[in-house]
Amino acid sequence: MNFNLTEEQTMIQDSVARFVQDNYAFDQRNATVALEHGFSLDHWQQFAELGWLSIPFAEAHGGFDGGPVDTMVIMQEFGRGLVSEPFLPTVLLFGGLLKAGASEDVKNALIPQIVAGELQGAFAFLERQSRYIISDVRTRARRDGVNWVINGEKVVVLNGGAAQKLLVLARSSGEQSDENGLSLFLVDAFAEGVASTGYRLTDGREAANITFNNVTAEAVIGGLGEGYGLTSTVVDHALLAVAADALGAMESLNARTLEYLKTRKQFGTHIGSFQALQHRMVDMFAACENTKSLLYRAVCAMDAGDEDARRSLLALKFMVGKAGRKIGGEGIQMHGGMGMTEELPVGSYVKRLMIANTLFGDADHQQQRFSALVSEAG
Amino acid sequence: MDTRFTDEELAFQTEVRQFFADTLDEELRGRLEGVEASPNLKEAMLDYQRRLNAKGWMAPGWPVEYGGQDWSMSQHFIFNAERGKAGAPAPIPFGVTMVAPVIYTYGTKEQKERFLPRILNSDDWWCQGYSESGAGSDLASLQCKAQREGDEYVVNGSKIWTSFAQAADWIFCLVRTDNSGRKQDGISFLLIDMTTPGVTVSPIETIDGIYHLNEVHFDNARVPVDNRIGEEGKGWTYAKSLLVYERLSIAEVAESKRNLAQLRELARAEVNGGHSLLDDAVFARRLAEVEIDLMALEFTELRVLASAAEGGVPGPESSLLKLQGTTIQQTIQELRMDVAGYYSQTLQGNLSASQLGHDFADIAQKLYFRGRASSIYGGSDEVQKNVTAKHVLGL
Repeated sequence: MNFNLTEEQTMIQDSVARFVQDNYAFDQRNATVALEHGFSLDHWQQFAELGWLSIPFAEAHGGFDGGPVDTMVIMQEFGRGLVSEPFLPTVLLFGGLLKAGASEDVKNALIPQIVAGELQGAFAFLERQSRYIISDVRTRARRDGVNWVINGEKVVVLNGGAAQKLLVLARSSGEQSDENGLSLFLVDAFAEGVASTGYRLTDGREAANITFNNVTAEAVIGGLGEGYGLTSTVVDHALLAVAADALGAMESLNARTLEYLKTRKQFGTHIGSFQALQHRMVDMFAACENTKSLLYRAVCAMDAGDEDARRSLLALKFMVGKAGRKIGGEGIQMHGGMGMTEELPVGSYVKRLMIANTLFGDADHQQQRFSALVSEAG
Repeated sequence: MDTRFTDEELAFQTEVRQFFADTLDEELRGRLEGVEASPNLKEAMLDYQRRLNAKGWMAPGWPVEYGGQDWSMSQHFIFNAERGKAGAPAPIPFGVTMVAPVIYTYGTKEQKERFLPRILNSDDWWCQGYSESGAGSDLASLQCKAQREGDEYVVNGSKIWTSFAQAADWIFCLVRTDNSGRKQDGISFLLIDMTTPGVTVSPIETIDGIYHLNEVHFDNARVPVDNRIGEEGKGWTYAKSLLVYERLSIAEVAESKRNLAQLRELARAEVNGGHSLLDDAVFARRLAEVEIDLMALEFTELRVLASAAEGGVPGPESSLLKLQGTTIQQTIQELRMDVAGYYSQTLQGNLSASQLGHDFADIAQKLYFRGRASSIYGGSDEVQKNVTAKHVLGL
């Protein structure tokens, strides 16, 4: 039993940390998210050159064959630095779904492009009415000869503005909330009938609402009706990634808040000398450590294919929401008026944490899933 | 990063599981159920602890030369997890967990030979004399005095909140041997035979209805200097180093896991408006929150154990074990009271369990009130936070 990183994982961690240090000072970050689509293509090319875009993919497709721990290490540093490049949507969601379900031909065609930094992707699965229920899908796919034709609308598609290719979760059969009858379709973002409206999330990253009007898909990914299963698998890995990102953000925000307590003076002394603030800072520290412990628990369980993996994942995502909200709210409060300003990155961390809470289901949603799972297991 | 057990560890797990299955026969299991609330704590525990000792597992954490086991940290984890799962309590801690490490670390050869085997075999039962009426969270201001006269100390003063004193043969005390310097510097660590003339015990009535707390008075009690551990005036240092040993068991993860599983079954059986309480969204939320906190704590403890096993200083997360462990214990006790509903509020003893129909309500109530103490003793929650703020966060 150990909680150590391998030498390789430590190297990845160091190289991401170095990138953040060189490129993600707060003013640099603000300049980056102000770019079109909210990130830098130069950074993306660096990611490719440093090999980070290859991490989860099989060696046969130019990948590194990494596991959940490798993803965790990268995402934690991204969160720490508030990195805005679309690693989650392009590599982990779009790439992850291709890896899990695409034919060899499609993999051979697309994954090397992702690894080379040439292809941006997105996963379009949410709809206006679906909230956190992934199976609540109205978007339809109907057969037209050898083709599949898609009609419907997807919302809050992460990286939807920059993506050249989309994976669309659509209903090829069944009723609105059936888990059966969902399939995944590869769609070119520039195909006829695709209309995208881009916008920014609170922290500057980009998302889009996308309508599909008689759009012909390029391929079915996985078998017909396998869309829900594939999505679940990939979303599980994405939950872990989002949690690691959030942990990095929590650690960084806690460190900044602690530093502020040690330097800000009022009533003739450091405000960190006041017990009321000390105890609250300890609670923030504890919230962060709880998240870290559950992250380690989940990553080890997933890596080992342990039966406890799902319960741990849901517990983790619940804690991300709960601890993130606490650390975010207290982080602003402890910084006083300065916490309200755009001069400090405090607000950006809080926004990052709030987005992490909603991604793939918020704390309340995860708690309900957790309770159902545990009660069922008896 | 890997928490899988090796084949050897899995074999060990089977051995431990089998041991507890064999050891806890029906009769002993009955006596140990709710033992914390039992007036016959010592009798129930004596038999159980001797069975542990017969297997060599009374004190696996001690150094091998004194009767401990040469286990890896995974084995210690497995042992505690299986013990908890089997519903077996940890031994009464005052001897084996609290005073013994001070004796084998700072005691003389004679002291080790005299006390350690009797602790292992539960021949001597111990209690802890630290707190005083004027020295609670501010322990170092203690005033119980030990004045040197030849080969003896003459002890005067009293100790308070002494759990288990009524059944103890010995008490380990922090006493003041010097008042001249820094308050921490004049404290010595003294072992006192409870049968010494001048030592008296008076019970303290507590809100849980369980007799566990006492005051211990010393009126010119004469204690041989040979009973002092280590140097005069170093007692504070010894007692502080002991806290490290306490820490590794104090979270009581295994016990809480078992209590939580029991709680779930009680809630499942409880019907409210035609539905199981387990299907009540609000109750389910509270239950999930404490279970998730416990899952986190379990891994926090593993992280601490793992870093200790690698010879490192326990990480900053170790300071949270007591605080979070007791918070979880109290939450579980609270939920158990809520499951019992009205029955949690009946004064027990007037009706038999079968008349009440909620046979867990009595123990639930006692443990709820007793459990209030856990965020007070061993450094209150507030003291824990002060310590974490100072030593971990540098505030």
